[in-house]
Amino acid sequence: MPVLEITDLTKHYGDLLAVDHVSFAIEEGETYGLLGPNGAGKTTTISMVVGVLGRDDGLVLIDGLRHDVTTVKTKALIGYVPQELALYPDLTARENLRFFGRLYGLTGRPAKMRIAEALEIVDLHERADEAVAKYSGGMTRRLNIAIGLLNRPRLLVLDEPTAGVDPHSRNSILESVQRLAAEGVATLYTTHYMEEAERLCDRVGIVDAGRMLAEGTRRELVSLVDEHDRVVLRAEEGAARAVPVLKALPGVLEAGGEGGDLELIVEEARSLLPAILGALGEAGVAVRSVEVREPDLESVFLHVTGKALRD
Amino acid sequence: MLPVTAILLKDLRQHSRNSTLLLFGVLLPLGLAFLFNLMLGGDGSRFSARYAVADLDRGPDATAFVGQVLEPLERRGTIHLQRVSSVQDGARLVERKEADAVFVIPAGFSSARSSSAAELEVIGGAHAATAVQVAREMGQAFAMERHSIRLAVLAASRGLPADEERDGRLAQRAQEVAAPLSLVSDTSASRRQLDTTTYHAAGMAFFFLFYVAMFGVAAIFEERRSRVLARLLAAPISRAAILGGKALSGILVCLVSMAVVVAASTWLMGARWGPPLGVAVLVIAGVLAVTGIAAAVAGFSNTSEQAANRMSVVAMVLGVFGGSLFPIPQLGVLEVASHLTPHRWFMTGLADLAAGLSPGALLTPVLVLLGIAAVTGGLALTRVGRLTHA
Repeated sequence: MPVLEITDLTKHYGDLLAVDHVSFAIEEGETYGLLGPNGAGKTTTISMVVGVLGRDDGLVLIDGLRHDVTTVKTKALIGYVPQELALYPDLTARENLRFFGRLYGLTGRPAKMRIAEALEIVDLHERADEAVAKYSGGMTRRLNIAIGLLNRPRLLVLDEPTAGVDPHSRNSILESVQRLAAEGVATLYTTHYMEEAERLCDRVGIVDAGRMLAEGTRRELVSLVDEHDRVVLRAEEGAARAVPVLKALPGVLEAGGEGGDLELIVEEARSLLPAILGALGEAGVAVRSVEVREPDLESVFLHVTGKALRD
Repeated sequence: MLPVTAILLKDLRQHSRNSTLLLFGVLLPLGLAFLFNLMLGGDGSRFSARYAVADLDRGPDATAFVGQVLEPLERRGTIHLQRVSSVQDGARLVERKEADAVFVIPAGFSSARSSSAAELEVIGGAHAATAVQVAREMGQAFAMERHSIRLAVLAASRGLPADEERDGRLAQRAQEVAAPLSLVSDTSASRRQLDTTTYHAAGMAFFFLFYVAMFGVAAIFEERRSRVLARLLAAPISRAAILGGKALSGILVCLVSMAVVVAASTWLMGARWGPPLGVAVLVIAGVLAVTGIAAAVAGFSNTSEQAANRMSVVAMVLGVFGGSLFPIPQLGVLEVASHLTPHRWFMTGLADLAAGLSPGALLTPVLVLLGIAAVTGGLALTRVGRLTHA
């Protein structure tokens, strides 16, 4: 049974159809990316998923239970990290965590343990008793996430958690999400950073203008685009003599070369790479560098929406 | 721990670290009350004055003025009276600010047949305008009384030959029936008034209560802006718990602010608020009314800034018409508008308490204040969806 199952989720703002019959599901331990430009309806979708916003139509199930703005039981299963820094800057990190923990029924010793655990995950335990107002942007982002982890959620909902974060903090946040997923937490992750979606998400839904335009694993999405992986090799002069050998490899669609440069069009570059390098070795060609070029989600996004992600 | 308690405690913790709240809730009302008190007079006690009298006449009228007017007031502790032997001595006392005014009863005052022949003179000090004014009124009232007695004697002896002894007896009898002059106390049955110190302390405290209430409202807007409200709404608690916690913390902060001002103004300035239980009931009703108004203003505003601006206007208008900034009678024909303000009913309730009326007299002000709270709170509830829309 999926941890989150959404069917025909719909929301209007006056005449504007902000979310148009969106459906998807997330399994335990799965990270699902909602990819789309600003105004695509990601945050509205998330607001309905976490029960902040009422829906006009559709169904949301959390662990098989009906969920809406008033269902307290299902809300207790969700950890929510809004895009904005939803914290009290005049309180310390520990005070923030203690307050939000109380809202989830955490008091006494269990609360202390969970707070320590959440602080450890986001690496803020050493500065937990400082006012949040004194934190850097990255630290505040990490605390924002820690609050979402306090209740050990079945479903973690992260709305653009790395917006405006330095590379070090971003990496730390992404590692935390990967660790949680490995522990079985189902994660709904919205971003407009393509590389984050590619690194984190098992499946991605591409949304624009409130509609789910495409959904699937990265490979499934890439297959929508009429493009294949490319392997570019730099080798010694005369490497072009190995082109016939390479063409004969299963999965290689096309191969060509000139001087020391070789370029192959293949079905799955990463899985074919050992065979390619092995064939070149047998042909006596010494390889100096290898570059794999895969069609990315940016190309998919362009393909299904007709515009670049950051337009 | 109940979610409503968690929200209440968190809000109180935040408020306790907010120095601006301390400024608006305690320092400004106390400071301004002290300042107004200093500028406009009043030390928290009933009227008192230091007078001197120079009796250069020593006749029956002069003796009557000193013995029947001034000395009873001295015995009641309303005035402090010094006897001086000359005008110069009296003037010197006033000049040295050892007396507020000196009554000069000229020689021949008692035997004068026309009011212009000998006048009771008041020499007042510029440092004590109110005391001098009261002295003039007292002199004027005494002169009027003497004039009435003389008219009575004239009327009784009309057509009879002149006879000083008979006229003296008539005057004596007329004087016995004339009402003795007394200084009216600072309260009366028909119109109760707070003493100056309590008036300013209560007026300022209630005036700034609107700004204190605004802090609670501003916190909700700030939570909505920062999406903390979204996080609260996503938590497994009801919206009623969120609103309940917020409302309770707002009310509690207002109550603490009022309690501190009441205690500090009593202790530092000598304000006389009245019986603690009655004051507490009135303060609670007043705080509920102000919180209701603040919630209604917030409900009809879109942003924190808009709500703060509107609340400032509401606080000022209600403060002016409600008698927080100056006494209501000065409004003239606009006085009727004061009945629409919580300030008026709060001050009326306090005045009733100060006048020593029975607790039942508080019923009307308290009911009106609770009515204002119910109406404005009801209005706010109709807009609560907008306020908690994340």
